[in-house]
Amino acid sequence: MSNYKIFINGLIKENPTFVLFLGMCPTLATTTSAINGLSMGLATMAVLICTNFVISCIRKLVPDMVHIPVYIVVIAGFVTVLQMFMSAYAPDSINKALGIYIPLIVVNCIILGRAESFACKNTPVASAFDGLGIGLGFALALTLLGCVREFLGAGSIFGIHILPEVTNVLLFVLPPGAFLTLGYLVAIFNKVRGNDK
Amino acid sequence: MEKLKPTLKNMTLVLVGVAVVVGFILAYVNHVTEGPIAEKAKATLAQGIKDVMKVDGIQVTKEDTVKTNVDGKDLTYIVHETSDKSGKPVGAAVESTTTGFGGDLKVLVGFDHDGKITGYTILESSETPGLGAKAEKWFQSTADGGKGGKSCVIGLSPKDGELKVSKDGGQVDAITASTITSRAFLKAINEAYAAYCKQNTDGTSGASKQENKKG
Amino acid sequence: MGKLVVSLSPHAHGTDTVERNMFGVVIALIPALLVSFLYFGLGSVVVCLTSVAACMFFEWAISKYMLSQEPSLTDGSAIVTGLLLGMNLPSNLPLWIIIIGALVAIGVGKMSFGGLGHNPFNPALVGRCFLLVSFPAQMTSWPLIGQLGKYSDAVTGATPLSIMKTAIKTNDPSVLNSVPDALHLLLGNNPTGGAGTIGEVCALALILGLCFMLWRKIITWHIPVAIIATVFVFSGLLHLANPVYANPLTVILSGGLMLGAIFMATDYVTSPMTHKGQIIYGVCIGFLTVVIRNWGSYPEGMSFAILIMNGFTPLINYYVKPKRFGEVPAKK
Repeated sequence: MSNYKIFINGLIKENPTFVLFLGMCPTLATTTSAINGLSMGLATMAVLICTNFVISCIRKLVPDMVHIPVYIVVIAGFVTVLQMFMSAYAPDSINKALGIYIPLIVVNCIILGRAESFACKNTPVASAFDGLGIGLGFALALTLLGCVREFLGAGSIFGIHILPEVTNVLLFVLPPGAFLTLGYLVAIFNKVRGNDK
Repeated sequence: MEKLKPTLKNMTLVLVGVAVVVGFILAYVNHVTEGPIAEKAKATLAQGIKDVMKVDGIQVTKEDTVKTNVDGKDLTYIVHETSDKSGKPVGAAVESTTTGFGGDLKVLVGFDHDGKITGYTILESSETPGLGAKAEKWFQSTADGGKGGKSCVIGLSPKDGELKVSKDGGQVDAITASTITSRAFLKAINEAYAAYCKQNTDGTSGASKQENKKG
Repeated sequence: MGKLVVSLSPHAHGTDTVERNMFGVVIALIPALLVSFLYFGLGSVVVCLTSVAACMFFEWAISKYMLSQEPSLTDGSAIVTGLLLGMNLPSNLPLWIIIIGALVAIGVGKMSFGGLGHNPFNPALVGRCFLLVSFPAQMTSWPLIGQLGKYSDAVTGATPLSIMKTAIKTNDPSVLNSVPDALHLLLGNNPTGGAGTIGEVCALALILGLCFMLWRKIITWHIPVAIIATVFVFSGLLHLANPVYANPLTVILSGGLMLGAIFMATDYVTSPMTHKGQIIYGVCIGFLTVVIRNWGSYPEGMSFAILIMNGFTPLINYYVKPKRFGEVPAKK
């Protein structure tokens, strides 16, 4: 499989949000606005590319019986690094909105899932591309979800106001709106993708 | 290359090795980011204080914690006394917490010398979005007030009597359909003012000049 | 001569059809509707008409263009949903909000699951709760009764329930003095504290509707009685323990309790099938309502309580099964 194919596979065919339904907790919790969704997606993507690459590099050195603890240590390491950098350099509003969900990337099933199902069987470069594809698929899905919710719930996209405040349908920036929007987006995604199973 | 055999020695070595490497990386990153993180936290508070005091080149001269006991509940207020560039005191920003509709409501409110409110910001709230959560903007401007525009608290002074919502015979219009939040908010301001006054009477026993140097 | 058709049993049908029951519910709603026209005038007419029209339109449009089904307009269920949604709204609500509510009620609450009979939650309540969460300011300002010619410019006031909530929040039982007394709540004609949704102001009209539906055997007594009795007992205990909690008689007569207990909780599709199950369901709704009313952040808990128990209905149906004819309990 070429790197391009691996990338597209992660982006669309195995899109972690709309097809695999992985990592639902940050998907539902952090997409109150487009910028929050995008930041969360990019943060996860960065971690995923790094962990996929490193785990693929050390895959031959790790005996099978201890592979999960080793992977978790690697993932936790990268996430902690990311968290420190974010709290030092990212804008306050984003830090506040993402809050606990950054450290929770450690237990995001996308990361360990890709390590188990892809990185430990493929070369480092291919694994990095898989991380890029899956990560970008996740980031795009979260951004899309964030856009829809922000547009309906706050009348703006990426903070640019489009609709007057009176038409804001508040439910969409609250938790139930996340489930509702995700459900309808998955329905549309499946319709567009067709039934090519 | 073959996969390493899962012998006890190999497994221990790999686990320890990975942990040590990751540990070193984390220690290094922590060392690099420690400074910026601390600075940022300080800058955020300073920005908040600057925002509520509406004065340029402001500096905190003294930080005081005032504790009171109301209805058997311990309440803590943090008073940040401030001065302008030349060191002339301009008032204080006070952190105050009350119970709103959905939980704790924490505001940072600035008073000038005369006890007039210069500005406020909500530090923490769990009010209902679209109702009580409007407090962030509602009391800042007259534009949202609609009828009569009496929603603005800026420029008012709790010295002339406690701030109250118009429903309770006061001078401030409550947020539409969120009287409880509005009451809690005004209570936070009144209590902040009380703490500010108390701190002034307790703390001005001759030491006010020297305090300026600390800032 | 028609062909002789041999079909599977049952061969003899009762007269009980979806249409008959749905239009029975509409008839039962008429007293409450008339009273609301009398009290809220123009606003009530506009809101109810818009809601019914919008619900019927969305039912028709979605089933025709998105589900490619035969539109099921004639069974009357969209009319009932529209009426119940309208009666759960304040009479000064802007038209576009009502239309969004109808879209959510029919589109999300009913059609997403496959139409009548497949919806796990009561569509009208889905619509109402969606609006309540989405537009809290518009959905919690209630016009006072008696402003017949006014619509969006009507003067608003506190509902009995929000007065009760204030009493609990401020821990001051004297606030409760401004709650109307039981007779006023029953008739709904208190000019100062009579605000509320279109359908909830007059408990008597709703009880008339209940009697009609019981007489026509559209519903059985189990659910409404279980709900009302539970609320009465539970809030009575609270009232005895601490007088900041309102008198149980005013509690059961105020807010959407009667409307919910009689018309919403009894929806066939979303309530349990057996009488025993219906009583469990009713008791739980009553309990949750009192909990949300007294300790939740919204003044009214009826609609949330019903929706929550709608979610439990399949579970209740699973565990509370009628005994099969001739069945012998298995020995342990």
